[in-house]
Amino acid sequence: MERAIVLAASAIGAGLSMIAGIGPGIGQGYAAGKAAEAVGRQPEAKGDITSTMLFGCAVAESTGIYGLVVAMILLFANPLIGKL
Amino acid sequence: MAVEITGPKVLFTIGPVVVTNTIVTSWVIIALIVAVCYWLTKDLKPVPETKKQIVAEKLVSMVYDLTDSTMGKKWRNFAPYVAALFAYSFVSSMSGLTGVRAPTSDLSIILAMALVTFTMIQVTGIKAKGFWGHFKKFLNPLNLISEIATPVSMTFRHFGNIAAGVVITTLLYAALAYFSTVILNLIPISFIQQIPVLQVGLPAFLSIYFDVFTSFLQAYIFIMLTMVYVSMAED
Repeated sequence: MERAIVLAASAIGAGLSMIAGIGPGIGQGYAAGKAAEAVGRQPEAKGDITSTMLFGCAVAESTGIYGLVVAMILLFANPLIGKL
Repeated sequence: MAVEITGPKVLFTIGPVVVTNTIVTSWVIIALIVAVCYWLTKDLKPVPETKKQIVAEKLVSMVYDLTDSTMGKKWRNFAPYVAALFAYSFVSSMSGLTGVRAPTSDLSIILAMALVTFTMIQVTGIKAKGFWGHFKKFLNPLNLISEIATPVSMTFRHFGNIAAGVVITTLLYAALAYFSTVILNLIPISFIQQIPVLQVGLPAFLSIYFDVFTSFLQAYIFIMLTMVYVSMAED
């Protein structure tokens, strides 16, 4: 019974932790929009803008990745079951 | 139908050392990179005559340009480390294409890479500002947290991206196998029903994103962050 509760709560927690994906989504969309604006204003700097945007996107992604890591720990390497 | 998503599998143990399949793959990759480097730099001429020397010189000058533009000219001796990190990370992530488990989807291997970078940041700081000059900023405990967050975030970013690729690819393969059995059940021959037809071709598009694009991007981000953090530790 306890095990079932822990498993169910872990599954719900894994789902909830992926709410963290909203933030990077908004942030990366904003960054990509600004990059598109910048390319429109200055098409000759396309290479620099693209690499800067990719770098910024990948750094902005890290909070979403933290959520993903928490979800994967809860699903595949659950530390809570060992505490029963 | 069971979908099996596991971490790296333990192959054998030597005393306290646990050898997983990712460690074996990573040694193979290291040997491969060393062999390629040896082959590219064998009998070099002052004026390049062969194509392979031109390729080798181009690669080296690309790495030098990258370190020059990010860290400045005085950091040129840092370029080999950057190139080694990039080559190892990129080839490791790409090795997922061959069907083995990519070493970069193992948390310990990325953590080792990030800890080398972390040590390098501390050593650079101590060299530039002296022992007390570097460590006196930790009198504020918030700085301590942010310093420790550096390798953790680098590790999780790289690991999370590659491992997410592994998980999603596994789920997609399982889903495609299921759908193809559903479709092929219309044909009443049990031999044909076993063939996962839909697995041909479709995952390749996902693979282009997860294996090729993400591998390159994460390797690039990793070396960029390494360079930025190390050159920031100096001042």
